[in-house]
Amino acid sequence: MSDNAKPSLQQKSLPFGRSLYSHALQSCMLLCIGITVALVFFLILYILIRAIPYFSWEILTTKPSYLRGTIGVLPDILNTIYLVFTALVIVLPLGVGAAIYLNEYAKSQKLVKVIEYAVETLAGIPSIIYGLVGMLFFCQFLSLQTSLLAGSLTLVIMSIPVIIRTTQESLKTVPNGYREGAFGLGSARWHMIRTVVLPCCIDGIVTGCILAAGRMLGESAALLFTAGFAHALHGYIDGITSSGATLTVALYVYAKEQGEFEVAFVIAAILLVLCFITNYLAQAYGRHMKKIKQ
Amino acid sequence: METIFDVENFNLWYGDNHALHNINMKIEKNAITALIGPSGCGKSTFIKTLNRMNDLIPSVKLSGSIRYRGQEIVNSDINVYNLRKEVGMVFQKPNPFPMSVYDNIAYGPRTHGIKNKSQLNDIVEKSLRDAAIFDELKDRLKDSALGLSGGQQQRLCIARALAVKPDVLLMDEPTSALDPISTSKIEELVLDLKKEYSIVIVTHNMQQAVRISDYTAFFLLGDLVEFDKTDKIFSKPSDKRTEDYITGRFG
Amino acid sequence: MNLSDKSNKDSVETIASTIFLILGVINIGFVLLICVYLIIAGLPAIVKIGPIDFLFGTKWASTAADPKFGILPFILTSIYGTAGAIIIGLPLGFFSAVYLAKIASKKVRYVVEPLIDLLAGIPSVVYGFIGMLVLVPSIRTLFGLPDGASLFAAIIVLAVMILPSIIKVSITALEAVPQEYELGSLALGANEIETYYRVIVPAAKSGIAAAVVLGVGRAIGEAMAVMMVAGNAANMPSLFESVRFLTTAVASEMSYSSGLQREALFSIALVLFVFIMMINATLNVLLKRGGVKRK
Repeated sequence: MSDNAKPSLQQKSLPFGRSLYSHALQSCMLLCIGITVALVFFLILYILIRAIPYFSWEILTTKPSYLRGTIGVLPDILNTIYLVFTALVIVLPLGVGAAIYLNEYAKSQKLVKVIEYAVETLAGIPSIIYGLVGMLFFCQFLSLQTSLLAGSLTLVIMSIPVIIRTTQESLKTVPNGYREGAFGLGSARWHMIRTVVLPCCIDGIVTGCILAAGRMLGESAALLFTAGFAHALHGYIDGITSSGATLTVALYVYAKEQGEFEVAFVIAAILLVLCFITNYLAQAYGRHMKKIKQ
Repeated sequence: METIFDVENFNLWYGDNHALHNINMKIEKNAITALIGPSGCGKSTFIKTLNRMNDLIPSVKLSGSIRYRGQEIVNSDINVYNLRKEVGMVFQKPNPFPMSVYDNIAYGPRTHGIKNKSQLNDIVEKSLRDAAIFDELKDRLKDSALGLSGGQQQRLCIARALAVKPDVLLMDEPTSALDPISTSKIEELVLDLKKEYSIVIVTHNMQQAVRISDYTAFFLLGDLVEFDKTDKIFSKPSDKRTEDYITGRFG
Repeated sequence: MNLSDKSNKDSVETIASTIFLILGVINIGFVLLICVYLIIAGLPAIVKIGPIDFLFGTKWASTAADPKFGILPFILTSIYGTAGAIIIGLPLGFFSAVYLAKIASKKVRYVVEPLIDLLAGIPSVVYGFIGMLVLVPSIRTLFGLPDGASLFAAIIVLAVMILPSIIKVSITALEAVPQEYELGSLALGANEIETYYRVIVPAAKSGIAAAVVLGVGRAIGEAMAVMMVAGNAANMPSLFESVRFLTTAVASEMSYSSGLQREALFSIALVLFVFIMMINATLNVLLKRGGVKRK
């Protein structure tokens, strides 16, 4: 290329090499995003189309009976509700409290670093390991047996990081001026947190709860050895103290061990819808709160 | 003198906002043209149309004509990548890429298809020399460009722009983020570059315009109020508004 | 806090600060609990079997008359499976992320991103179930195998499962790159695609590496989906054979195990835990360097 051989502005196309490079990458991107989107649609449609024929009021509202040869997912739905509810009730104070400590109380940066590292570690541990430790600690050491309660407690440890992280993020958005203002008026710290800081970060806590609930709904490996497989119909108190399969565990058992694909599809569709709802709620709530803040 | 940009009845809108009104000017080759005016007067917007960087903002609409070496660049189907190769740009905030000094300079030539190692070495050395920064950086070619001082980064960006052998250099307030010593180095460099390049520079600093430019254009609220030789603008401006601005009554 | 500590009338404050301290520190306790339990439960079998025989033994026959406890097949399967998932999932996720972060219009992103979130939220058993019903039979007919449940099936399922985290972390990394770089490149006459791949992507490389490591962590720790499609025979890994991962080795025998076999399962979990710890340490370094927040 000599100095005065200027490429003309009228020459529309780029040199062959450059245009090949650009077109190749462009096609690659379109192909990949196409595959990704097609994959999601395939999963949704496949599950729904296969599940819809088996949906009935009966399957949703009965328990399986070997005597009558019928099948129902009501116990699994209830177990899931009991489990998620129990775990949320316990994890909420633990997680929010830890976040408050990290953001509002902690004096030693070293301790904060160690705790944050611990929380990150918890977030990275695979659920099968939670399942094992949950089995050893809750079921055996604390002799809770295989029960929804043991499962809930396992999920509590698993989902603490989610709650801490979302709470911390929203605590950070509370302007320091609020805190100084309250201190200036002679408020003590806990009083200030309770009356000024916490009300400002309810949104983060709620989002955290939705996300945590979503994760709990989808969890299975951690529950296999802690919450059990039973399909009995119980009230809340009996329910959490006895073994019970959640929707995910039931899906695994029906599909893998028993080959009952019809009910498995119904459960898969329920899980898909629940996943959609929790995602939607978390997003819609986040957007809603952002608007209010502005 | 030869004209490099011929601007006629040029208008620009951001959506409904009429940001530049009927601009007419001829920008000379191998001269330094300074664009001055208060913030929001449209001078930065104007300079970005000269290499079509405004294409990146979807709401921008243009009318009128700007001819670069006789070729229409407004609303025309030209090869903007070649235009930007010929009309280089240096930004307000130094923006070296997060790579080595060498790779920063070689980025442009490589993009335009130069793969030959020794040819690239020559280009890198020449560009750094032209930007008067070779001696400072010759032992740091493999170091990250982000480790340089602000003034060095800006001269590196000038060298990077020179490496694709442009005709024109557009500079959008190139010294506003720099200290006085770095600023004077850049000013010397710009005066030196005038021999080979046509330069259009946006500046907030009127002393700078006086020190380096041959022509000055005064923009106010989207109008080109006055465009003339720099000596004339700063000694006997013909428009009252220009006089008010350069004597510091507003802006 | 000092003030309220000193004031004798306000004991509520003292109690509150103590409670919060406990709630913070308890998280360290959880991690220690998990570590201690895994070590106590996992170490004895390693000592009894011998670390070399355990880690590098190629035969696992836990219920045989002369039991063998070599977990090399599981380790290698986990490594190959994860590598395979990355080889498929990374390009797919990477190119999708560049498209979404840089090219897609607001409308497209508004529609596609919830779909990616949905992909991230689908429970692993559902992936395993669909894999079992769709993927496994297809692989069997496509490659003429006696059974489609294989390492290959597991790789595909894992690739799909890590896809959303790769996409989301990569998008965050790409969006964290300052716009000045983009303008600088365009002003030199590079086109948009060249700019994205030669300036923006290199600038985001730490964040993208973090996305990969996050994917590795997900893939190596996944149990249920893999259990449903990989066949679970303790073979040395081979693409079209039934295989067992570290995770599934634990899960598949736990319910009926006893004695040394059971202890060995905990040892496998300990090995898995060590892997995960190394991956997390790498991830933390990369996230810090990339300036990307973990989601």
